[in-house]
Amino acid sequence: MHERRELPENWASDFDLFDPAYVEDPYSDWVQMRAQCPVARSERYGGAVLPVRHEDIAQIAHDPATFSSRVLEATGPVPSPGRELKMPPITSDPPDHDEQRRLLLPLFTKPRIRALEGIARRRAAELIDAFGDRTVVDAADEFARHIPVTVIARMLGVPVQDEATFDRWVVMMLKEGPKEQAVRREAIRAITAYFSQLIAVQRESGQEDGGIVQALLTKRDTGPTLTDDDIVGMCLLVLVAGIDTTWSAIGSCLWHLATHPVDRRRLVDDPALLDTAIEELLRAYAPITIGRTATCPTSVGGVQMAAGDRVLLPFAAANRDPNAFDRADEVLIDREENRHLTFGLGIHRCIGSNLARMELKVALTEWLRRVPEFELAGERDVTWTGANVRGPEVLHLRFAAAALDGGDR
Amino acid sequence: MRIKVDPARCQGHNRCLDLARDLFVDDDFGYVTEVGDGSVPADEVRRAELAVLNCPEAAIELIAD
Repeated sequence: MHERRELPENWASDFDLFDPAYVEDPYSDWVQMRAQCPVARSERYGGAVLPVRHEDIAQIAHDPATFSSRVLEATGPVPSPGRELKMPPITSDPPDHDEQRRLLLPLFTKPRIRALEGIARRRAAELIDAFGDRTVVDAADEFARHIPVTVIARMLGVPVQDEATFDRWVVMMLKEGPKEQAVRREAIRAITAYFSQLIAVQRESGQEDGGIVQALLTKRDTGPTLTDDDIVGMCLLVLVAGIDTTWSAIGSCLWHLATHPVDRRRLVDDPALLDTAIEELLRAYAPITIGRTATCPTSVGGVQMAAGDRVLLPFAAANRDPNAFDRADEVLIDREENRHLTFGLGIHRCIGSNLARMELKVALTEWLRRVPEFELAGERDVTWTGANVRGPEVLHLRFAAAALDGGDR
Repeated sequence: MRIKVDPARCQGHNRCLDLARDLFVDDDFGYVTEVGDGSVPADEVRRAELAVLNCPEAAIELIAD
């Protein structure tokens, strides 16, 4: 790790989400912000207010009347009401939100997610098989990203051969899009066209594939007013919220284990600790920073906001606030009390939290079983992405060749 | 000891189901209530405490009889 830097002089009034030092280690900056300027603001990239204290972030998440979810992007212009990208229910506010959310919730319960575990496990095993006898791999590109893509493609009921296309769209929208609005718009256009067509095809065929598109079409027949645009928006949500997030979380966990051999060996020796450890890694490396938009003049931690101003919720900052957690900036993989905010708080709690936990456990279990000893391959072998989702985009790891699958799955 | 879930606070995080699966039950949407009258057997007290301490919404209360 590098030395903890001093915050740049104008950080409180001109913070930069893409400052390389912030992208690489936001945690150190948050420590200083909590002491000096618990809420920063900036006019960069469309403008935003940035709180880092647990109390501020929790209060905003629990107050959808004052802080609308209509714009979630961390960067880019804040569109006027009615012109946002709609991905119900995550971009919806009360009263529309609850009915939309209840359409999707039954598709993400524990039994539904358990039924997908075998798919995730087989995919993880295939990916490790494909390492062959290589001793250096990019674990973000060759492992972490593909597990959620496979599971989400199955959930949406789309053909396996479209997975690579999905993957590309997500990269365009969430990795490249925050800096290049034109790339983001192009990804949205392509995804929207794809799902519009998928809806038309599934409506025609009426076949039972168990996918989300088909489940929503069936629900529309039995009651709720649900337009094609709503269904496309929900698919877009599942795609963009279900892939990059978990990919980033798996990557961050592997980065931690690569750089903390004591924790890694402890989990290899005691896999029963994995559930507890995953919660701690989720707390420490919560990938998501999500936006809210003030609906009226208000203030956050003493910083004034006008109606239409954006505020960002970096959940990892809340999770690392020493006023909320003991030894908040330390990763303690046996931490038993862990009321973290990684999946948000309040009415917009991440609908896929059961799914994310399942994928993380499968990915880490399979990895540690086959590749128990590993380390960063070199000094500059991790590249972090920032803005809405933080995680390793590149993660070169070195190990003795992966063990052949013993077939004891 | 008894547990009580506040339905106005529960958002379906399901941490309690992970930590004390015999004490809680979820509905079709993933929202959770206590099983029966919420009684906690003596050998489940630690699990109940962990469910309380890990609920992100602080929706669960552990009540001494």
